[in-house]
Amino acid sequence: MTDKPGKTDAVPRDRSTAMVKAEGVHKSFGPLEVLKGIDLEVRSGEVFCLIGPSGSGKSTFLRCINHLEKINAGRLYVDGELVGYRQQGDKLYELRDREVALKRRDIGMVFQRFNLFPHMTALENVIEAPVQVKKQNKAEARERARQLLDRVGLADKADSYPSQLSGGQQQRVAIARALAMDPKLMLFDEPTSALDPELVGDVLDVMRDLAESGMTMVVVTHEMGFAREVGDSLVFMDGGVVVESGHPREVLTNPQHERTQSFLSKVL
Amino acid sequence: MTSDIDRTAGPKGSPSAGPEAIKAIPVRHYGRYVTAVIAIAILVAIIYAFGQGKINWHAVPDYFFDHRILTGVYKTLLLTVLSMLIGIVGGIILAVMRLSKNPVTSSIAWFYIWFFRGTPVLVQLFLWFNLGLVFEYVNLGPIYKNYWSDFMTPLLTALLGLGLNEAAYMAEICRAGLLAVDEGQSEAAHALGMSYGRTLRRIVIPQAMRVIVPPTGNEVINMLKTTSLVAAVQYPELFRYAQDIGQNSGAPVEMYFLAAAWYLIMTSVLSVGQYYIERYYARGSSRALPPTPWQKVRAHLTTFSSRKVTA
Repeated sequence: MTDKPGKTDAVPRDRSTAMVKAEGVHKSFGPLEVLKGIDLEVRSGEVFCLIGPSGSGKSTFLRCINHLEKINAGRLYVDGELVGYRQQGDKLYELRDREVALKRRDIGMVFQRFNLFPHMTALENVIEAPVQVKKQNKAEARERARQLLDRVGLADKADSYPSQLSGGQQQRVAIARALAMDPKLMLFDEPTSALDPELVGDVLDVMRDLAESGMTMVVVTHEMGFAREVGDSLVFMDGGVVVESGHPREVLTNPQHERTQSFLSKVL
Repeated sequence: MTSDIDRTAGPKGSPSAGPEAIKAIPVRHYGRYVTAVIAIAILVAIIYAFGQGKINWHAVPDYFFDHRILTGVYKTLLLTVLSMLIGIVGGIILAVMRLSKNPVTSSIAWFYIWFFRGTPVLVQLFLWFNLGLVFEYVNLGPIYKNYWSDFMTPLLTALLGLGLNEAAYMAEICRAGLLAVDEGQSEAAHALGMSYGRTLRRIVIPQAMRVIVPPTGNEVINMLKTTSLVAAVQYPELFRYAQDIGQNSGAPVEMYFLAAAWYLIMTSVLSVGQYYIERYYARGSSRALPPTPWQKVRAHLTTFSSRKVTA
């Protein structure tokens, strides 16, 4: 499973380093504790799948990684740096909005509901952040955006508005939009859950292609087939804790924990 | 509608492959003819009554393009545009302040809206006009120093009075617009590394405009009419000039009709402008663009004629 074609030579990354590291991450919304101490490690270059029943906290954890949600306890690191805080001595300082924004540039995110900007064409969606945030030259950004749209199979849809695209096409534009910032980490929050079944395949193909190019990906998904084929690690979460983790093929075919077994018996 | 059905009907006699196109006699709306006749009768009666009255109608065309009236029209429009600019910019700033996480700014915005929405605009105009009783001088150190009464010209009084009052109303309209934009939009922008301000400017406000524009059109038209109040602070505009001419020419009531006609013309032109602004901000929307006034007129003409043909 580890010898994926092209994966090792495309991006020569040291896979022993942790891209994301969580130590006892807690998160509550008011009295509701959603994450009750998450410990896990996403290595550089791997495809890390998060599965679990709805309400298990997997999406919340994903949103904590780029600080869309603030964690209440524990430590969360991306590429060795603390998320949302700066540590000096034994004191933690909250980062300013500007500093948080700076770190988010390196983390791409794809949402369940796409969240494309409806008042911009596909191409404008893709160039928005490079031009506005990274101050890239507009012509260059456009050139690169066309390449990215071509990569996700939508070269001919550059001038379409999101409302003129199918769900699968919108999600692929959203992936291109995230890639335009050249992220070192991509977060996928149930990217195919809002799609018609026949459109899921196109999006998964793009994600598979991305995995083969060596991108570090954290994927919250209900697509067990994708997790088994493409994933390098898999974590089953339930009730705000990690119940079981390991290689996708092992966890999915031979789950050790009772809760994992009952969940998988329902979805497989 | 009916013409579409006729057009899609296949050529006569030729056996078509699919099911035969529907050819039905459309529902007759006799009520429409009756109401149209009644409405026209009432309109004619009203026009006749006004024509009979003791009003010297010739005075209206005589003064319609009088240079004083035209100056008044220009000043009314100028005042409307400038006060609305102050209102819209101020409204957006206040709305953003209201929605900010910062308790100080949101309280300030709340207080501003509370005061300016809670007092009559005419009272506010007089307040600005008489603020010289509180502040004798305007003193900006070496840059500018003057008596308040010289500084506060009638135009400035009118602009501040109307514009700052308008900002309070626009703030609520803008807040509604900002709240109407899906939260996922700012999340997506933040995830791309866009700052709070840039997200607002590039992503949220352009989408909020779809909600903001229609009530703002209302506000513009309201503002155009409210400008007639500023005669009270010595700034002459259309209504004031019309009154003056009326008193000098011995046709005071006629001049009110003249002013009303000009206000109607101006509000009509402004409503047309609103259509085009709405169309601009509707880009990317899944719903069809609202038709332009010209397209509407054409559509009505064609349906009317087609109804006649089939009737």
